[in-house]
Formats: sequence, structure tokens, C-alpha cells
Amino acid sequence: MEVNEVFEKVKTLFEEELGIDSEKINMDAKLEEDLEIDSLGIVEVVMAFEDEFEIEIDDEELTDVGTVGQAVNLLHSKL
Amino acid sequence: MTKQRVVVTGLGTINPLGNNVIDTWNNLTSGVSGIDHITLFDASDLPVTFAGEVKNFDANEYMGKQNARKLDRSGHLSIFAAEEAIQDAGFDLSKPLGEDFGIVFGTGIGGIGATEDAVRVYDERGSTRISPLAITQLMPNSSTGQVAIKYGIQGPSLTITTACAASANAIGEAKRMIEQNIVDKVLVGGTESGTTSMTIGAFAQIKALSKQNDEPQKACKPFDKNRDGFVMAEGSTVLILESESSAKDRDAKIYGYISGYGSSTDAYHITAPSEGGVGALRAMEQAISNADISKEKIDYINAHGTSTPANDLNETLAIKSLMNDYAYEVNISSTKSMTGHLLGGGGAFEAMASLLSMKNSLIPPTINLNDSDEDCDLNYTANHSIEKNIDHSMSNSFGFGGHNAVLIFSKQ
Repeated sequence: MEVNEVFEKVKTLFEEELGIDSEKINMDAKLEEDLEIDSLGIVEVVMAFEDEFEIEIDDEELTDVGTVGQAVNLLHSKL
Repeated sequence: MTKQRVVVTGLGTINPLGNNVIDTWNNLTSGVSGIDHITLFDASDLPVTFAGEVKNFDANEYMGKQNARKLDRSGHLSIFAAEEAIQDAGFDLSKPLGEDFGIVFGTGIGGIGATEDAVRVYDERGSTRISPLAITQLMPNSSTGQVAIKYGIQGPSLTITTACAASANAIGEAKRMIEQNIVDKVLVGGTESGTTSMTIGAFAQIKALSKQNDEPQKACKPFDKNRDGFVMAEGSTVLILESESSAKDRDAKIYGYISGYGSSTDAYHITAPSEGGVGALRAMEQAISNADISKEKIDYINAHGTSTPANDLNETLAIKSLMNDYAYEVNISSTKSMTGHLLGGGGAFEAMASLLSMKNSLIPPTINLNDSDEDCDLNYTANHSIEKNIDHSMSNSFGFGGHNAVLIFSKQ
């Protein structure tokens, strides 16, 4: 799967599952500041990623994930 | 410091009769039933298929999906009712209410819908798929915390869970906070959204609910000979309580005074009222004593009046013990005949109804009261509202667990 395909899936997931305004979602968007995803929301995001992409994400892998782009790259590397 | 008198300066509500105070009051005094067949989920397998649901309310539309997802429906309703009450009291919604505001909320079963959902996910998909939002949706103090966050309430806070007496207790405890000069304004309310499959099923199991599925609007018939149980309902009502001096300093509109509060415990049975309603009677006596008026000064009693055989009989007996001959004169009504039973949200709703009755000199009826019960022979304001000057009204709320809370409202 190409990076842009992963991004599109992530965008759809954020929009449909989490109710985030699609206009705010781009590769540079910060999860916490721009998309207002708090610490509880991050857990939801991870669960949604795991379901959507049929992967498992360990907490340690999230240390450097602060933007949509970083999340997309992490997912891409695991597919 | 002198003891402060407590006034109500704002009201807000969302309930089966309306999504604001005015619509609710108009329906309440017109004898409209808010009960109907359940639409929120498929209830066809349940022994009871009707309830008092809030109508025309979409939480996603109201607060945006991203926010709505964080709350149980009981929380959505609380945020909505609080907004109307805060505006009605003349406060600016764009500014935090701050440290001068306390919050006391009552609920019977909190986020029971969220609990049911989380258990289903756990059973079907295991613990790692439970929503991280489940705990903060289901905890009984969720509405207290979420309303405080939304409107910036930073004073003292309490959540009261005395079942169907919860929000009457909440008003009483908030009254005490203001009287003791702990804080001069308190947002107080109640919320419930137990119109869910497991909850209705469970209440049906203890034979508490009416099973008149054919005619939902006619099922709730407090004090009627053929009453067969209460009707589950959902909603939230919020009041802004304030010290008289604070309200007068800012020229606030005043609905009335909260002049009396009584609270007692049956210590008898977990669901059945004590025989002769003696526990309820003690709470009524305390409230009247606290209001420092004579019993005959009460012009209207908003009864607990659930439409269960046991409640309505024992409440009637308690009122007779309290008022003797005057018990046959005083206007009593059960607004639950129209709303259904709002459980922990009931006390706040019925406080609102009592205050509006006093302000408008109009007593809402007990609807569906057609066949008199020889043991329930008081003046229940059957089927039609009546105009009457009210100087003092009393509202009764009794909960499973044997909790009794009684409030007195006064015009002056």
C-alpha cells in the first residue's frame, strides 16, 4: 500500500469514526493541537488503526508520533 | 455571617415533553403525555416496549461528533439543559462561570448506556477493544465533570446518587452550601438516560414498570385504581441557585425561593416504601420545619406519584398523616403522569414544575386519573390543570434504597 493510500484511509477513519473535521486533516496536522485528540483519544486512534489495518501497535512505537504524517509513516512501515 | 436565603434564577430542561422550559411548561399544563413506543433501540424482545424518550435531539448535531463521542447520552442531555439554564439566569456563555460557582448534580444510574455498550464489546471482542472513553462516560459523576468543564465551573462540586431522590437531594445540598456562605451560586441539576435495553429489562424484572404496551400515553396513571407501575423516562433539568443578595445585586430574575429541605431514610426495604410512608413523612415534616411555615400554608404538592401501587398508596398515607383534614383540600399532582419517571433527573424536573406553578399560578394535572382508588382519595388535580395562587409548594422525591428528599418553594 502506498503512503498516500494509507493517508486516505487514515483521513476517512478520523472523519467517520472520530468525527474530526476533514478540512483539518493533512500530513502536517498535529494530533493534539490541531485535531484535538487528547490522551484518551490517542488510545482510540490506535485501536481504530489496529482494526482497520489488522496490525498491532505497541505503546513504545507511539513515542515519536505527534502528527498525522508520522502516524501514516508508522502504519506504512508496518504493512 | 447571616444565613443566606436561596433563590432560583435560571431554568433549563430537555425531557420527553420538550427541549426547553417553555415548550415543557405548555405541554405540562395542557395535559400532554410525553410517553410513546421506544424508538432509540429495538425493544420488541422486552416485556415493556414504551418509555418517555427525549425527542428531536441529535447530540452530534448539537455539540459535534468529536465531542459527542466522549459522553453518554445522560451527559449530552446535561450539557444541553445547563446551557439553557445559564443563559436564562443571565450569564454569558462565552465566559467561564469561575470559582464563585459550585455544581451539584444528581443521577440514579449515571452512564448506564455506556456501561451496557462496553460490556457488549468486552463479551464480543475482549478487553483490548473496550473504548478508552467507557470509564469517563459511565461514571456517575460524568455529567458533573463534563458540565463543569464545558461552562468553567470551578467552585465546590458534588454528585449525588440517591436513586430517584438524587436531584432533589442535589437541590437541598446546594441550598445548604449557599446558606452556609460556602459559595453564592450553584448550578444544580439532575440527569438520566436509562431508556436502554438492559435497564428497562431489569426494571421490568422487579415488576416496577407498567406493562400497558398497547396505549403508552395512558399507561402512567398515578393514584388511579388501575395503575400498574412506572414508565421509564429520560431527561435532564438544571436550575441556577443563588443567594438572594447575589441575585438582587445583579438584578436577576427570580423564580422563587427554596425555603425548605428535608431528607430522611426509611431503613426498611431496598425498594418498598416504609409502611404508611413514615420515612417520607419525616422528610416532609423536616422540610416544613426548615421552611418555617405551617402545613396549611402549602398550596400545592408535586407528588412523587410514580404510578406504582406501593408508592402512591404510601405517599397518600404520609400526606394524610402530615396534614390531617387539610390533606383533602391541598392540590396534589403527579407530573410523572406526563413525563414518566426521570429517575435521578426527576427531583430537578419537579422542582422546576413546582416553581413554574407558583410563578404562573397554574397547577399541572395528574393525567390518566379516571378510576378512583378508595385508598387514594385526596385531591390529585385530575386530568385538567387549574388556576390557583400558590405561595408555597412542596415537591416529594423518594428513591430505591429508602431515600426521601422533600423541597419547599416559596414565592416570598
